[in-house]
Amino acid sequence: MTQVIPHYPMGDAQPNRTPWWTYFTFSTDHKVIGIQYLVTTFVFYLIGGALAAIIRTELATPDSDLMPPEWYNGMFTMHGTVMIFLWIVPSVTGGFGNYLVPLMIGARDMAFPFLNALAFWMIVPGATLLMGSFFVGPASTGWTAYPPLSILTEQHAGQIMWIFSLLIIGTSSILAAVNFVVTIWSMRMPGMGLFDMPLFCWATLAAAIMVLTSTPVLAGALILLSFDLMGGTNFFNPTGGGDPVVYQHLFWFYSHPAVYVMILPVFGIVSEVLPPHARKPIFGYKAIAYSSMMICALGLFVWAHHMFTSGTPDWLRIFFMVATLLVAVPTGIKVFSWMATLWGGKLRLESPLLFAVGFISMFVVGGLSGVMLGSAPIDIHVHDTYFVVGHFHYVLFGGSVFGIYAGLYHWFPKMTGRMFNEFWGKVHFVLTFVGFNLCFLPMHILGLMGMPRRVAQYDPQFTTINQICTFGAFLLAISTIPFLVNAVYSWLWGEAAPNNPWQALTLEWTTTSPPHPHNWEGDPVLETGPYDYGKDYSQSSLVRH
Amino acid sequence: MKRKTAFLISILLALVVVASIWYGRHHGLLPAAAGKEAVLYDRLFGTLIGIAFGLFLIVQGVLIYSLIKFRRKPGDTADAAPMHENLSLELVWTAVPTVLVMWVAIYSFDVYTEMRGTGALMMAHQHHHAPVMVADASGTSPLFSPDATTEVAEPLALEVQAMQFAWIFNYPGDVASAELHVPTGRRIRLNFAAMDVLHAFWVPELRLKQDTIPGTPTHLEFTPQKTGEYSVVCAELCGSYHGGMRATMVIQTPEEYQAWLTEQQELAQAYDGSMIAGRLEPSLDAGQIRQLQSRFMASGGHLNHSHS
Repeated sequence: MTQVIPHYPMGDAQPNRTPWWTYFTFSTDHKVIGIQYLVTTFVFYLIGGALAAIIRTELATPDSDLMPPEWYNGMFTMHGTVMIFLWIVPSVTGGFGNYLVPLMIGARDMAFPFLNALAFWMIVPGATLLMGSFFVGPASTGWTAYPPLSILTEQHAGQIMWIFSLLIIGTSSILAAVNFVVTIWSMRMPGMGLFDMPLFCWATLAAAIMVLTSTPVLAGALILLSFDLMGGTNFFNPTGGGDPVVYQHLFWFYSHPAVYVMILPVFGIVSEVLPPHARKPIFGYKAIAYSSMMICALGLFVWAHHMFTSGTPDWLRIFFMVATLLVAVPTGIKVFSWMATLWGGKLRLESPLLFAVGFISMFVVGGLSGVMLGSAPIDIHVHDTYFVVGHFHYVLFGGSVFGIYAGLYHWFPKMTGRMFNEFWGKVHFVLTFVGFNLCFLPMHILGLMGMPRRVAQYDPQFTTINQICTFGAFLLAISTIPFLVNAVYSWLWGEAAPNNPWQALTLEWTTTSPPHPHNWEGDPVLETGPYDYGKDYSQSSLVRH
Repeated sequence: MKRKTAFLISILLALVVVASIWYGRHHGLLPAAAGKEAVLYDRLFGTLIGIAFGLFLIVQGVLIYSLIKFRRKPGDTADAAPMHENLSLELVWTAVPTVLVMWVAIYSFDVYTEMRGTGALMMAHQHHHAPVMVADASGTSPLFSPDATTEVAEPLALEVQAMQFAWIFNYPGDVASAELHVPTGRRIRLNFAAMDVLHAFWVPELRLKQDTIPGTPTHLEFTPQKTGEYSVVCAELCGSYHGGMRATMVIQTPEEYQAWLTEQQELAQAYDGSMIAGRLEPSLDAGQIRQLQSRFMASGGHLNHSHS
């Protein structure tokens, strides 16, 4: 790093710095849209987190004493809905996907820039409806909204707003997915074949295919549910001959793939973060790329493992058990490949790598409990208990959120043109890691011992363990403060970032930080493969821009 | 040097195996096992949690070792030696998990069928399931013949109604009870009817759970073994007081059970056949239950929940 780093004080124009008000406009620049997604969804992460803190406060005591139980049901319903549909899905696809995919494949923008902006701005009415439902009594039938409860619910208006909100956000997600598939397929720069793409693009492609296959089915289910709710039809209402279990099939046909939509792009992020910070090529590029596609294919045929206790026929349970367990194979390939990437490297133990390694460590716990849950007889005992709550938080928080943080630290210099403060990044990591495990590890015990999920009151024998979870949740809430302060302060006043602070080899690091409005001032040049670490690049423009 | 490393790794792996087996047997993560199925469940669970624990140790061990051993030394700006792939290593970590999960699937299926009492998939080491024992004239496939060791052919069948936010267990002789009483050693069959929304019958000590679905009858079979009082928990979100929808299950000796049933039947006769026995917790009193039940009976046992 012999380069001279210019210093841009607050308010001075960095080259290519986007004026703040651009982020409030209908911009079609994929980088602006990416940051719009990331900032907006992070706000919803904080809202969802506040709801979680309320839930954990109620559960600090066995009685339902903080609020009426129907409010409590509204809290966890909104917590789940916000975290899935307004935080993880849009941030990993819309946020990272939009910002990174064109830069990584050497394109000037996404294939359909107008559609891209439209998809982002659809979040606004969708989220407004969902947040507005707090004023009429929010949906309180869980994020699954199983009928007949969702049809007979007393929060009628809230439930309807919930349905329409999800329909809008789902449509936004479909539009974004179309854009990713077309962009990745047809807009790679000359000379970049599919197997020259960074792995994040593979992961995004797999996630986009899953969105396109499954989201329309959820839309269908929700439309029929809204008919039952508003028009008195009987698609899912047993009093008129409807079948509530059909809804469960349709719902999970989307909602299990949704889990992979939330984790596949994060797998991609981790595959991007590890090599430059370990100074080693990614281990097993093709295996990781293929395993994303395998997860995409297998993941579409596992949905009924959410229904092992729904009175499904035996053959169905067996089929879905085997399909579910098989997902462990491509997932295992990824985990082992990441471990091999670290092995023998020269690890730069800073925030991006710490969160990426934290991701592997925590995600594996969720994966192992996932294999146990895949076994039908095991699942029948722990289905709808805190064991499941523990499991999916290890996947979606220990997995997705740790990975998102790894990505945020890794690309922060590129996105903002400034460096973040490494010390507070480490503080953030330690608090998050400790808080997370205190909050979610004990939940496995609760579920196995007999505590169901979605309850405002519980058997007093579980008090101590619940209080540990609540303490962990508060620590987790506090852990976001160093991140927020660090991100805001560094974005405004941080040290100016060089073009390639990590000496990384993927294309986004060959342009300025932040990138030129057209991504590269001239044409991007493909000098190396994305992970060719360990070769001599002393002559390359990549390392010394 | 290489032999020394191999030796060290073997020792560590052996330690991991020992730790896994120990943990699989001493995890202490499950409540008491009160039924025959729970015993089967616990064996499977112990095996799976042991394997999971071993894999957990290996992954976390490698990660922690890497973070310490391979951290970059200050001033070292060179890249590490590149290593792109290693086909044999990749084949191993593809093949081993494949075999492992297939084995988990077969073992789970075996336990599943045994818990359901529908005959077990044969596994070589479980000789007591040998198909010759159930050879019969009807020509049924031995694979799906009833397990020869099953105690009683005819289970004790009880009708169960689930409603917001209570369970009603019906016994012969017009006995409707808020407590579930069952005798040990006999197969029990619960036939569920849900009267409003989805509920789920769960007794953690039985390791069994079944959703109750309005309009669709479902059932659950189990064999109680251990006397005592256990909680019946509703495990499917069913409305505001879902967390309070609990009942008690009492597993008794056949004699105690018979005495209880006789007493309840006499009481029911004395009270015109509409007696609700037992305690009710927490939100419904006997009057409300009776009202709900008569509504249920008036509809001929069909769902009769109208929503305005």
